[in-house]
Amino acid sequence: MAGVTLRGIGKAFGDTAVLNNIDLDIADGEFLTLVGPSGCGKSTLLRIIAGLESQDRGSVSISGNSVDHLRPHERRIAMVFQNYALYPHMSVFDNIALPLTMTRLNLFERLPLMCHLSLRRRRVMAEIAREVRAVAEQLRIESFFHRRPGQLSGGQRQRVALGRAMVRHPQAFLMDEPLSNLDAKLRVHMRGELTELHARLGVTMIYVTHDQIEAMTMSDRLAVMDHGDILQLGTPADVYERPANIAVAQFIGSPAINLFPARVGPGGQVELLGRTLPIDTRNAPAAELTIGVRPEAMRIGDGPCAVTCRFRRRENLGSESILHFDLVASPEVAVLCRIDNDTPIPEGEVTLAFEPRDCHVFDNEGRRIEVESRNAASRDVRRASEVR
Amino acid sequence: MNAVAAQITRQQWIERFAGLGFAAPAFILLVLTNLAPLAALASLSFTNYELGALNFSFVGLKNFSTALHDPVIRRSVTNTLLYVAIVVPGGVLISLFVAILIHQRKRTRSLYEVIYFLPVTSTLIAMATMWQFLLHPTLGLINQTLKGLGFAGTAFLSEPRLAIPTLAAIGIWQLVGFNMVLFLAGLSAIPRDLYEAVDIDGASHPIDRFLKVTWPMLGPTTMFVTVTTFITAFKIFDTVAVMTRGGPGGASEVLLYAIYLEGFQYFHMSYAATLTLVFLAFTLVFSVLQTFILDRRVHY
Repeated sequence: MAGVTLRGIGKAFGDTAVLNNIDLDIADGEFLTLVGPSGCGKSTLLRIIAGLESQDRGSVSISGNSVDHLRPHERRIAMVFQNYALYPHMSVFDNIALPLTMTRLNLFERLPLMCHLSLRRRRVMAEIAREVRAVAEQLRIESFFHRRPGQLSGGQRQRVALGRAMVRHPQAFLMDEPLSNLDAKLRVHMRGELTELHARLGVTMIYVTHDQIEAMTMSDRLAVMDHGDILQLGTPADVYERPANIAVAQFIGSPAINLFPARVGPGGQVELLGRTLPIDTRNAPAAELTIGVRPEAMRIGDGPCAVTCRFRRRENLGSESILHFDLVASPEVAVLCRIDNDTPIPEGEVTLAFEPRDCHVFDNEGRRIEVESRNAASRDVRRASEVR
Repeated sequence: MNAVAAQITRQQWIERFAGLGFAAPAFILLVLTNLAPLAALASLSFTNYELGALNFSFVGLKNFSTALHDPVIRRSVTNTLLYVAIVVPGGVLISLFVAILIHQRKRTRSLYEVIYFLPVTSTLIAMATMWQFLLHPTLGLINQTLKGLGFAGTAFLSEPRLAIPTLAAIGIWQLVGFNMVLFLAGLSAIPRDLYEAVDIDGASHPIDRFLKVTWPMLGPTTMFVTVTTFITAFKIFDTVAVMTRGGPGGASEVLLYAIYLEGFQYFHMSYAATLTLVFLAFTLVFSVLQTFILDRRVHY
């Protein structure tokens, strides 16, 4: 078990910069998720930590020791791949045992045929078998020890890949989108299992995903990445409630946040489509602003903060609905509103209201501006688990 | 009710005929080009027919017993098997080795591919002339080089002991390019994350990487390459016909060359047919054995 420290990591493939100067401290035993759209550099960063890719600049340390010069297996980390990367010609048992046979047997003892000449080998193999069995019991895979990966379901393969990672007691687990090949139901189930596994093993886990739900539900902290930069690093609640910029606000939260063009009015207050909102923007650096309001913070009705919209359609999710609107003032702006299913469905032009404290204000470069709302009541602490 | 039943039978008839109709062209072609000639060949082998003869009679298994005791045929079979025994492992392992080396190149890969593939595209008859020159006891480049290095010159093609190994070396040279392309295709199909997984699991030694990933994942390719190499090697004919004509003193007589001599030089058509059957039997037995033995050990 160990913390992982990244300092000034930079990487480019040819002329394309993939990572720009990444600094990151991952605490011992932490579950940290690297999340971002595809191509944001998160997988490359993970592969640099693993040693599968070498960085152009910067250094990686595990437990305070620089590992830049070490080969992947010498870093004592384990990795779970998106396609599991199980050895298709080996049984489940051999797949899990491989990391141990590699480290505990010498080259001569690993050679086919030659291995039977070694007396030590038998003793070591018995020891390895015991450890493999112990791991398999934890993951409930001992019943298909002799099958090949091709004969297993996606979820079973996932467990075998986890077993292969666990058996060496690594300093850290690296996971590269391990759930993306599973069907939706199994993914939810494995999410729970991984969280429990992390709690049980207490080992550092670095998890890469493009799925914000996985990121929100499983992590202690998440690092939202885009274009090779970490946009925001924080707890799931932090990132959801106080997104550092528009990109983070758009990426985290589903359905996506509503964004309205706004400006700083004469009194230093936000002007949204002709209405003056009770939000103070004295520290806004520019006149142009963007207001972000999450669909779950919108409600049908009027108030000091409101926009006039035209109803388009309704998406029924069973317990609730997502209503799609267009802004009347500029119809190209789509507005989403999440409502309970006992709320009557509106028609035609509707006014949608929201609380000033639910507004996220961003400047003309998309950065978050801290504002004071007039009716600043205590922030309603929304649990991260509420995000779906 | 009856009408419905009739309808169903009619439908079934149409389907049956359609199925047969689709299968017929392939079946007819198979009969005309493979099965019928094979049957003719088999029946010919029980006669004493000679090319141009006006009549012939059935002689039963006489041709087979002659072949069994014919020293030329015995020598031909032994030589062919020796040739196969050198060419199959050589042609498979060398091409695998070359493919692995080339696969790791990035910019020069296609250049090497072309170089190694050239022998496949050239006609062996023409190339045999080149080899004959290279191997010439006094003027040849190979002997010149050997002498330059202080070794005694060797008459590769006229030394009975060396004739088959020399022809085998040429055979390997011709096969390596083709097999290499097959192995390269197999290598490209191995998922990269398997190598990464094995790297993380501690198998970073090249031998481990080869034994744990490359070799097992190339199983199907290796099986295919081995079987095709075997069949090609068994059909050794052109280098013998052009370069040694079975010599020196029958040291490079091979099965197909013996068939050619019997059939087209001595006009013993029935005897040639018998030898052809023997040849077919050899290929069949080996192919079946290989497929069954290897198939069980190959992971798909």
